Amino acid sequence: MTKIIVDGTEIDVPPEYTLLQACEAAGAEIPRFCYHERLSIAGNCRMCLVEVKGAPKPVASCAQQVRDQRPGPNGEPPVVNTRSPLVRRAREGVMEFLLINHPLDCPVCDQGGECDLQDQAIGYGRAGSRFDENKRAVEDKFMGPLIKTVMNRCIQCTRCVRFATEIAGVPELGASGRGEDMEITTYLEGALTSELQGNMVDLCPVGALTSKPYAFNARPWELRRTETIDVMDALGSNIRVDARQGEVLRVLPRVQEEINEEWISDKTRHAVDGLRRQRLDRPYVRVDGRLREASWGEALSMAADALRPCGGAVGAIAGDLACVESMKATLDLFTALGSPNVDGRPDGLVLGGGPRESWLFNAGIAGIDEADAILLVGTNPRIEAPVLNARLRRAWLRGAEIASVGAAADLTYRVTQLGEDGGALERLLAGEEDWATRLEGARRPMVIVGQGALIRPDSAALLRAVGQLCARFGISGREAGWNGYCVLHTAAARVGALDLGFVPGPGGLDAAAMVRAMDAGSLSALWLLGVDEIDLPAPGRGTVIYVGTHGDRGAHRADIVLPAAAYTEKAAIFVNTEGRVQMTQRAAFPKGAAREDWAIVRALSERLGHRLPYDSHAQLHQRLLADHPVFASLDHAPRRDFPAGFDVASLGAAGTLSSAALVSPVRDFYLTNPIARASVVMAECAASRRAAPVLMAAE
Amino acid sequence: MLADKDRIFLNLYGLQDWRLEAARRRGAWNATRDMLECGRDWIIDQVKASGLRGRGGAGFPTGLKWSFMPKEVKDRPHYLVVNADESEPGTCKDREIMRHDPHLLIEGCLVASFAMQAHACYIYIRGEYVAEREVLEAAIREAYEARLIGRDNVHGWDFDLYVHHGAGAYICGEETALLESLEGKKGQPRLKPPFPANVGLYGCPTTVNNVESIAVAPTIIRRGAAWFAGIGRPKNEGTKVFSISGHVNRPCNVEEAMGIPLRQLLEEHCGGVRGGWSNLKAVIPGGSSVRMITAEMAETVLMDFDALSALKSGLGTAAVIVMDQSTDLVAAIARLAYFYKHESCGQCTPCREGTGWMWRVLTRMQSGEAEMSEIDLLLDVAGQVEGHTICALGDAAAWPIQGLIWNFRHEIEDRITAYRRSRGLHALGTLAAAE
Repeated sequence: MTKIIVDGTEIDVPPEYTLLQACEAAGAEIPRFCYHERLSIAGNCRMCLVEVKGAPKPVASCAQQVRDQRPGPNGEPPVVNTRSPLVRRAREGVMEFLLINHPLDCPVCDQGGECDLQDQAIGYGRAGSRFDENKRAVEDKFMGPLIKTVMNRCIQCTRCVRFATEIAGVPELGASGRGEDMEITTYLEGALTSELQGNMVDLCPVGALTSKPYAFNARPWELRRTETIDVMDALGSNIRVDARQGEVLRVLPRVQEEINEEWISDKTRHAVDGLRRQRLDRPYVRVDGRLREASWGEALSMAADALRPCGGAVGAIAGDLACVESMKATLDLFTALGSPNVDGRPDGLVLGGGPRESWLFNAGIAGIDEADAILLVGTNPRIEAPVLNARLRRAWLRGAEIASVGAAADLTYRVTQLGEDGGALERLLAGEEDWATRLEGARRPMVIVGQGALIRPDSAALLRAVGQLCARFGISGREAGWNGYCVLHTAAARVGALDLGFVPGPGGLDAAAMVRAMDAGSLSALWLLGVDEIDLPAPGRGTVIYVGTHGDRGAHRADIVLPAAAYTEKAAIFVNTEGRVQMTQRAAFPKGAAREDWAIVRALSERLGHRLPYDSHAQLHQRLLADHPVFASLDHAPRRDFPAGFDVASLGAAGTLSSAALVSPVRDFYLTNPIARASVVMAECAASRRAAPVLMAAE
Repeated sequence: MLADKDRIFLNLYGLQDWRLEAARRRGAWNATRDMLECGRDWIIDQVKASGLRGRGGAGFPTGLKWSFMPKEVKDRPHYLVVNADESEPGTCKDREIMRHDPHLLIEGCLVASFAMQAHACYIYIRGEYVAEREVLEAAIREAYEARLIGRDNVHGWDFDLYVHHGAGAYICGEETALLESLEGKKGQPRLKPPFPANVGLYGCPTTVNNVESIAVAPTIIRRGAAWFAGIGRPKNEGTKVFSISGHVNRPCNVEEAMGIPLRQLLEEHCGGVRGGWSNLKAVIPGGSSVRMITAEMAETVLMDFDALSALKSGLGTAAVIVMDQSTDLVAAIARLAYFYKHESCGQCTPCREGTGWMWRVLTRMQSGEAEMSEIDLLLDVAGQVEGHTICALGDAAAWPIQGLIWNFRHEIEDRITAYRRSRGLHALGTLAAAE
């Protein structure tokens, strides 16, 4: 620790702190534009100038470290002033320079009200302008369907350039030209290819980059903010939902260092217009082959009729967006009905039952920061979990080695491709791959197993191979406090379902078997909690009851449609891929006559004569925690110690590996769930990505 | 006046051959091996003792700069980079060294690299210097062929020398922007610290020196530090190549003793000011980036770092720009302001925005189309650019304007008054109705 005096207060800070951090630690506010904690230091805006005693000129506090400062002549700590007339004048000057070419269009600028330039101009600027010349005009740039540019407003802080290059790993932005002709550009006027580009809008301190889908929609002071959890992937990114008059208008990231830091993917951010389209806002029943509107009473009695007499001949499947509450209520109901046919793995995942560690991302998402050798098996994290991919990229930048077994893809960092099929795992085990030595020599090795490896016919054998790999190379169990066996899920509901035991009971059918049984006529009714991603039974065979939010594939096939609440419309528990239990909050109300999912099950149970023993959300929670204590520790990831009794080598089952390539189940990043598929913005993104010609630099 | 025997650059005017053989006759490559055998500490001590200050403009003691390099080569190699991106308006000394006496520079590169334990040296030469590069490259080939440099050379210090051609940006003469450019990136100055001696080219310890600083080093060591230190004034020792341009009868480059009176320099080497000394109006004594001085100041000033600093000007690159009474000083400085606006890299705010603003105000002032209050505004803006930027280009853009306003404010005022008179406006009044 080093002593430093800031504005007369002596404080003790680590020597690697920048002056800016030291000043903040001392409680002094330092204005800044280009500086950002998670980006490299550019030092170009010059707004953070402070006076250092003994220095001939004011210094940029973001760019100098405390240890660079010289002590006084008698060894006194260095003295920094942030409020001296010199500093005030310097800030005034920089502010004036930034504003001379910045248009005075705040009334029509979407950044208005949350603009760093506005705020700091009030705090640190002059009262009036002395600039009598013409302002510079800059051509707007095309950056794709998500980012709207008004480049006149750009103050060349290069945060976007640094984000694209350093975090997103797509060096598609840069500054061309020099002096006052310097412009931020995409060079080739093409859409950016990052799945994280929305974050550039957040980073832009002015209104140069704004959200295209959100353009002119609302002012920040009109919005009601709700801190909640995202469900577009299995990370459970922490988000803030901004709504106005019951309508969700935008999603912004919240800081959660252990999950998403302060980034979110474009799907998380921009799929929200899907919450307004294709919504199920009243019950429907199929009569004479056509769906028609119905009352709740009618729809529920029909559902009860379909489920009542059948006992064990009914089944339930929970989809990718189902919350723990709805699955708990469904599970309780089907237990009461005596049906073992429940499954929360519509994709055919081989995990479930057994120790919890077998289906978790055990090292934790933040554990990636410690890993030094990472093996990806059947996963493309760039499209399955872009925020996690950014962390993997950072690990790679830090020097971690990353290898992949599965279909090759551009992950924004260098990956050693070990092979497309499971055979590579066997070669690793046999020590025939050079990369085995990397795993052997690693201090914190990690294996990330994706759904591309876990939903295949040979998945049990693949899982066994992965487990043996973990045992053989000490990925799991060698070092106390480190368990590098990590499962990366793609669905927000999946870990919750597995934790709840939403898997077939003794003699029960799994999802695929239920569909087959339905086709064969041995199952008479199927209860779907938002299942849209799998092939459903052919029409006319039995009764399909769909509980969900969107008129997607499930609702189209259904005989009875019961409208439910989306993730922004209920307080509900989701468990992320690392086993962290998190709760969403209600930002808006369910559409029309739609109800919260658990309440629908509860109402149905009454009609079936198996009344569930909870009348309120709170009572349901009490019951849930009593039955499953694992849901009690909110917001905490489980300890990643290697638990006794978790025999990683015996995961899965012995078998032969197929030679088919391990392919991620996510075909199109932008269209993975009903909300995203209903979103016009996501459709545009998907179309633009498909259409984008691969431009070469020479073109 | 400097005696002929004390000159370092004996072929400054290209009257003799530049090739190795002729250079050797002039003393280059003489006893180089002996120098190296005296050890690197000895060499650095000699350069320190000679009082040599960097010839690129800032005047930082060269020996001291060399001593900042790490004492031992660890995991990163050391580099010497020679800044031959001579782009300062008015300055044309390095090109004469490179095209007429290249072997002095090459020898200097070897000696300096040895002193700093660098096995590789890059000469970053200005894009417009095509002929100079060709001569320099030919001279380097000669040196390789004579095994004066290269692997297993006669001096016993493996040493490779590369010439890199710039693309014509003034900012690439700033040492860290030069390193960026050399690495293949956009030429933009880096933040300091870390300084190049610690993290320089490719992240390795690097020293960046001006061509002249490097080229004089071998001769200084050959003739002894005391000889060099005996010329000039204390703290401003040695000889220096002056580039005199503008309104003198014979513009020229000349090697002279530091501290020569400006008047003597102009009259003895340049045939005096055009139209006589009384026709002198102003002098920019050190390249475009320093503040101009008046004829009265020029009368007595000595040409060295400290004497010019005392007048709030500077020796800079010792490029003396002489302006007689016919000069439109406002237009001259407006042109310089345009140069800095054009050459600003655009990285940091005050320079990017301020240079254009200052140029536009000056352009209006040139025709008198400005308010009197704008003179103070201009001075204030210049003060806001100065010292607030990453590199010294902001200072360089502000200083000529400050020099103009401090010393010749009346010229601008007269221009504005004349303009207003010509339009039938009251000289100092303002347009009440319009405002």
